[in-house]
Amino acid sequence: MSNPLVDMQKPEVIFCIGTNMTECHPVAATGLKKAIARGAKLIVADPRRIGLAELSHLYLPLRVGSDTALLLGMAHVIAREGLIDEDFIEKRTTGFDEFFEHISQWTPEWAETITGVPAKDIETAAMWYGKADKGAIYYTLGITEHICGVENVQSLCNIALMTGNVGREGTGINPMRGQNNIQGAGDSGALPNNYPGFQSVTDPKYQAKFKAEYGREVDLEKGITKVTALELCGESIHAMLIDGENTLLSDPDREHCEHALRSLDHLVVVDIFLTETAELADVVLPATAWGETDGVCTNTERRVQRVRTAVSPPGVAKPDWWIICEIAQRLGFEGFDYHEPKPIFNELCRVSPIYAGLDWDRIEKGEYQWPVPHKGHPGTPMLHEEEFVNGRGIFSNVHYRDPAETISDEFPVWLTTGRRLASYHTRTQTGRAQGIDYLLPEESLEVNPADIERWELTDGEWCKMSSARGSINIKVKAKNRSPRGTVFASFSFADVPVNLLTGSGYDPVTHTAELKVCPVRLEPL
Amino acid sequence: MTREMEIDGIKVTFSEGETILEIAQHHQNEIPTLCYDPRLEPFGGCRLCIVELEGARNPVASCTTKATPGMVVRTTTDTIEAYRKTLLEMVISENREVDVSPLRGYAAGELADLRDKYTIDGTRMTGAKSGTRKTDENPFILRDYELCISCYRCVRVCAEQEGDHAINVMNRGFHTQITTEFDGLLKDSACTFCGQCIQTCPTGALGDKKALRAADAVTDAAPDKTRTICPYCGVGCSVDILTKDDKIVGIHPAMDGPANQGALCVKGQFAYDFVQHPDRLKTPLVRGADGELHEATWDEALNKAADGFRKVHAEHGRHSVYGIASGRAPSEAAYLMQKFIRVGFGTNYIDNCSRA
Repeated sequence: MSNPLVDMQKPEVIFCIGTNMTECHPVAATGLKKAIARGAKLIVADPRRIGLAELSHLYLPLRVGSDTALLLGMAHVIAREGLIDEDFIEKRTTGFDEFFEHISQWTPEWAETITGVPAKDIETAAMWYGKADKGAIYYTLGITEHICGVENVQSLCNIALMTGNVGREGTGINPMRGQNNIQGAGDSGALPNNYPGFQSVTDPKYQAKFKAEYGREVDLEKGITKVTALELCGESIHAMLIDGENTLLSDPDREHCEHALRSLDHLVVVDIFLTETAELADVVLPATAWGETDGVCTNTERRVQRVRTAVSPPGVAKPDWWIICEIAQRLGFEGFDYHEPKPIFNELCRVSPIYAGLDWDRIEKGEYQWPVPHKGHPGTPMLHEEEFVNGRGIFSNVHYRDPAETISDEFPVWLTTGRRLASYHTRTQTGRAQGIDYLLPEESLEVNPADIERWELTDGEWCKMSSARGSINIKVKAKNRSPRGTVFASFSFADVPVNLLTGSGYDPVTHTAELKVCPVRLEPL
Repeated sequence: MTREMEIDGIKVTFSEGETILEIAQHHQNEIPTLCYDPRLEPFGGCRLCIVELEGARNPVASCTTKATPGMVVRTTTDTIEAYRKTLLEMVISENREVDVSPLRGYAAGELADLRDKYTIDGTRMTGAKSGTRKTDENPFILRDYELCISCYRCVRVCAEQEGDHAINVMNRGFHTQITTEFDGLLKDSACTFCGQCIQTCPTGALGDKKALRAADAVTDAAPDKTRTICPYCGVGCSVDILTKDDKIVGIHPAMDGPANQGALCVKGQFAYDFVQHPDRLKTPLVRGADGELHEATWDEALNKAADGFRKVHAEHGRHSVYGIASGRAPSEAAYLMQKFIRVGFGTNYIDNCSRA
């Protein structure tokens, strides 16, 4: 997030797109509810009439995968109506003239033909956001899990830059991270393109730094992403070490994924349960869980916080860091002689400029949001206040692209996927928490009641849902929050493996899977 | 402009908009409260925070009275303390019990603490009890309204903090009852089971059923608290894990948590018991010649793990080994995962689970 969570109570106009925040980040959503109670206007763009849409003053029910078109239409209106922040554009950005030219063709009427959202509502959204002194954007995987995830994010940046809604209280471009330490995992350098602290692996300066730090030559080019690695399993990838991820259920195209993992010569999985993924491993190593491990996590607002041990682990389970060190030392790797987490975190801080002002003792109370470039620095709750990391904000002349697969006679229904309030990911945790079943006993496919009739399905009965990759059986549930022609299911339940169907395509830059769009066919059973 | 007033004979400064209660609290002056939760709008319902204000005919509620320059306030005169004691005696006389398990909720002991402070033995006032315990089979929230004192903290936290408006007040006076629309079950209301009502309740009328169930199995020692961060989404809410005899019995939201200021959701509040679930992996497992996974010692498993990487590396080169770090484990694990790949194999063949 560019802005801190406390800022969520402060915007005048809130634009939420591709975020089911009341279910997926409920505590963050309380901030927005307070802003609304104070008089802020909420615009929600989402294919489904989610909880946030019910709270909104303007709801834009766009067709799945059409976000870029909606945002181009909004940019067009903002420019046409003269709602741009000329001073900000002049001082802080580059490429506006070309962009201005570019968006003149993308009228809201055109956007309506792509998104299905009435042009007048696109205009209203653009006017509200464009006129607001404090306009804030919040988004989640509904923006990024598309083949055009990069263009979607760039489109959001475009409207924020045009209107100067960056670098001030109650503004910003704010992605909500979905896992407790997914931010920290990236910060720590578990990325094929970055060393710790987002230092590029292709920059000679950092290559030299880490050569000295780690005492060996490291490839000068980027590594491959997990998506590519899974594609190459059995061909050039023959061994994997997976820590705490149920890849088989969480990733798209389960059959492909299972085939990939099975074709490895050697798979080592570190986890707290014998997950579907761990069942395929040659060696399964039991890790300590949350509440049993001391360490550091970084949240969605870049806040670096301590997690602490409260109870003993079961059996002989050990912390992840200990397990990795033991394997590394058996392989003769240097630099894995740690006996506690503190020096590991301190090393991360030492090699990462964004953490340079932190150490284990300083983060005791969780006061710091990175970057914290030196000791004594107060941290950076808000990014981009004075300038952008790369100097000037860049306008991107994006074009709308259709999803990897679009509906056809064979697969005439849009399936979109996500999470639900009471379950989390593949339910390895929530599925084992007493009482959660009372709220969410099973998975079901949310179908508009009119569609149930049209497709000759029965509410509460099972149906067969097929995509180009496979079929699953799933119970039908009549829900008005699914629009006509679009159905929704979560990927949480192992007995309804929705990710057997998904995986039509990937964003070419980030390799993020298009999990939000999958044409399917529904048949009664 | 400096704003100054006097509390119990001491001159203090304050900012515009501050209430007498807030100013007193800044100066470590303890005024008793029951309907007050610093996260919520002042309510002025319980009247325990009354103070004497010079020039005012009657005592005023300090939680709702904004300070003005020159005010002279007395917080603990004999008269005020006598009023407070009487108010507490009346409140307590309507309740079935006052001593409740601390596991009912974060604030569950507030009424009992005040009873002890004012040495109330419960004999001066006796009579009818108010409130009816509600049967609600949900596994999380106990609705024991026989202990309700109508402070409305639950109603207000649900509306103001959560924005859910799931519960409200039915009837008036002695027959006041907190309920959902149509007096039904929480499950059929707008309730999201975030548990905030439990945690703000000052009497334990709303209780954490899960914690109470868990506590049945262990000693009645007071729970230990360990401050940590919720294991679910990326918001990073601070929580206190409650433990007894090395068993997690419940979760309290951290009221001073920088990301959540006391708020939690159903997962953070109630979905913690996966940690001590019998399904947890307790020993390393190694695939045997029979194709099945078998329990192994750490040495056996770690040797086999290392041997496999060594063999693949030798046969297929550096670019045949790949690492996937967790978005759930702490950063030390992710840092060492990338170090393992970069130091061990000299590649950038490392990723985390953020792409799916």
